[in-house]
Amino acid sequence: MPKLSYLKALNRALADELERDPAVFVLGEDIRAAASNVTAGLHARFGSDRVLDTPLSEQAFTNFATGAALVGMRPVIEFQIPSLLFLVFEQIANQAHKFSLMTGGQCKVPVTYVVPGSGSRTGWAGQHSDHPYSLFAHVGVKTVVPATPADAYGLLVTAIRDDDPVVFFAPSAALGVRDDLDFAALAPVPLGVGRVARAGDDVTVVALGHLVHDALAVADELAQRMSVEVFDPRTVYPLDVDGLIASVQKTGRLVVIDDSNRTSGFAAEVLAVVAEHCTLTAPPRRVTRPDGAVLPFALALDRAVQPGREQLLTTLLEMS
Amino acid sequence: MSTDLYRTVRLIRRFEERAIEFVRSGEIVGGIHPYVGQEGIAAGVCAALGPDDVITSTHRGHGHVLARGANPARLMAELMGRESGLNKGRGGSMHAADFSLGILGANAIVGAAGSIATGAAWALRQQGKDSVAATFFGDGAMNEGMLLEAFNLAALWQVPVVFVCENNGYATTMPVASAVAGSITGRARAFGIPAFTVDGQDPEKVLEATSTAVARARAGKGPTFLECTTYRFDAHHTFEHRTRLTYRSTEEITTGRSRCPVEIQGARLTAADRAAVDAEVESLLEAAAGIALGSAHPDPAAALSYLYAGEI
Ligand SMILES: Cc1ncc(C[n+]2csc(CCOP(=O)(O)OP(=O)(O)O)c2C)c(N)n1
Ligand SMILES: [Mg+2]
Repeated sequence: MPKLSYLKALNRALADELERDPAVFVLGEDIRAAASNVTAGLHARFGSDRVLDTPLSEQAFTNFATGAALVGMRPVIEFQIPSLLFLVFEQIANQAHKFSLMTGGQCKVPVTYVVPGSGSRTGWAGQHSDHPYSLFAHVGVKTVVPATPADAYGLLVTAIRDDDPVVFFAPSAALGVRDDLDFAALAPVPLGVGRVARAGDDVTVVALGHLVHDALAVADELAQRMSVEVFDPRTVYPLDVDGLIASVQKTGRLVVIDDSNRTSGFAAEVLAVVAEHCTLTAPPRRVTRPDGAVLPFALALDRAVQPGREQLLTTLLEMS
Repeated sequence: MSTDLYRTVRLIRRFEERAIEFVRSGEIVGGIHPYVGQEGIAAGVCAALGPDDVITSTHRGHGHVLARGANPARLMAELMGRESGLNKGRGGSMHAADFSLGILGANAIVGAAGSIATGAAWALRQQGKDSVAATFFGDGAMNEGMLLEAFNLAALWQVPVVFVCENNGYATTMPVASAVAGSITGRARAFGIPAFTVDGQDPEKVLEATSTAVARARAGKGPTFLECTTYRFDAHHTFEHRTRLTYRSTEEITTGRSRCPVEIQGARLTAADRAAVDAEVESLLEAAAGIALGSAHPDPAAALSYLYAGEI
């Protein structure tokens, strides 16, 4: 079977949607030259109006996309750095997200915000390494963090077709993941539906994005000692509460590994939802970035701040 | 046309006066930013637009929305938070929208709507339509980076948009002279956008300038910037009625009010025609107020209706 990388899956999803729907267009910085490779080949194929290279004006072009969406387009914005989402938080959370309710349902804002290379980009330090998906979930913007090439393809297609704003995080550490895939089997993946990435009986590990792969590796490593189930919600908001509960009710124990800062992060929400619905046999645990973390530059410091395999392993062993 | 412009400025003026009364009586909660004194701009700009054009508005937006043809009863109901309001009571004074008339919404974030209008106008052109967007904003918005970014995008891509700056001399209490370095039109010109200063108190002058700008945009020649000079006769916001802010002198207010768009346009009609329009506006607004007051309040169980396009 042919191999598909996560990055190539994003490219393929964009190409397929541009082909399928004339309302779709992509905009962002250096996307004509495809500096991030996500839009490789698209400008030559679809032209300057549908692959719109923008000046460095994130706030205006994010609202520009909202305006285009209000009159029937389906813009997809590629952001060069995850922290640019802070710069346009107003335009997403306060404008795009609020139009539907504030107008009494008169309009839709189907914009997709794609961040290829979210989270730590080894060596890029404090202002290039954020992973603010919890922030968007908190304000109620639909948010996805796919782990695999098939999910990257399927969720990007769904995000583009969705009638609401959707923020799409493609973690830097997942972009190189490659899977053997039958390309014909690539299909939309619904929002708000998680998947059991590995079935197990003793403990549920909830992980998103690149951390799903880390969780799977740790589960393999511990296979002789405990049976770990890895649950990948895929969508941060709306969360697959039913899928989460089903897994935790089976295992009775929960660890969340989450690349957010700890306070009010995604892991905190998962623990709260589980506490409301399940009776656990051990206190739940979180493996996260520390509170208020700024990713330091030096490699050892960067790794010390990011949640990773070792901490997950230790946490699971402590629970057993 | 003279009569139509007069009807519009008179309608806006009397609508605002009634709305202020409803703020005082408590029917409108949260207050409003009165458009009194600036009516000539909305009337002139919207009279230059066609049915397929779109507008965006501001926190001081009732005039724009009325001039674009929104139903006064539904706007008043919106201010009162009623189910029959333009936005079903979900938007209020600062967010009035009527997409069926191309009103893409009033926006409460100063400087935000210019880039939204630019995107909408660009998209409509992509769709093969010859629509133009007119986007209103105040002098205060001239210091918002996002709006300056929008000027650049609009000029680069020759977007059919008319930027309408309503320079009423103040951003809340901040005088323009203390806030804007250089000049307002100079900022637009720096992006290669033709920029003109227009007497915003005269609806016919505004109409004339906007017609030229709209024709230019339709001909594919890109954006135009109009600085419409005006004066806000009333408070920044009705909360100011309960305070004693001293940022404008009594003399200044008197001078400012001496050039009234309703009087300037009214003087172009015969006394009989003017009286007929006034009576027509009064009965329209009397009915509108009645309809608004009689409309149902939304059901609290539906407080989050329309948050998403569908079920999630
Ligand atoms: C980005 C932003 N900053 C501050 C405010 C608070 N605010 C509301 S209206 C206003 C003054 C706006 O002045 P101007 O643009 O000249 O419009 P005017 O009120 O004079 O019509 C301010 C500061 C806001 N709504 N948005
Ligand atoms: Mg002002």
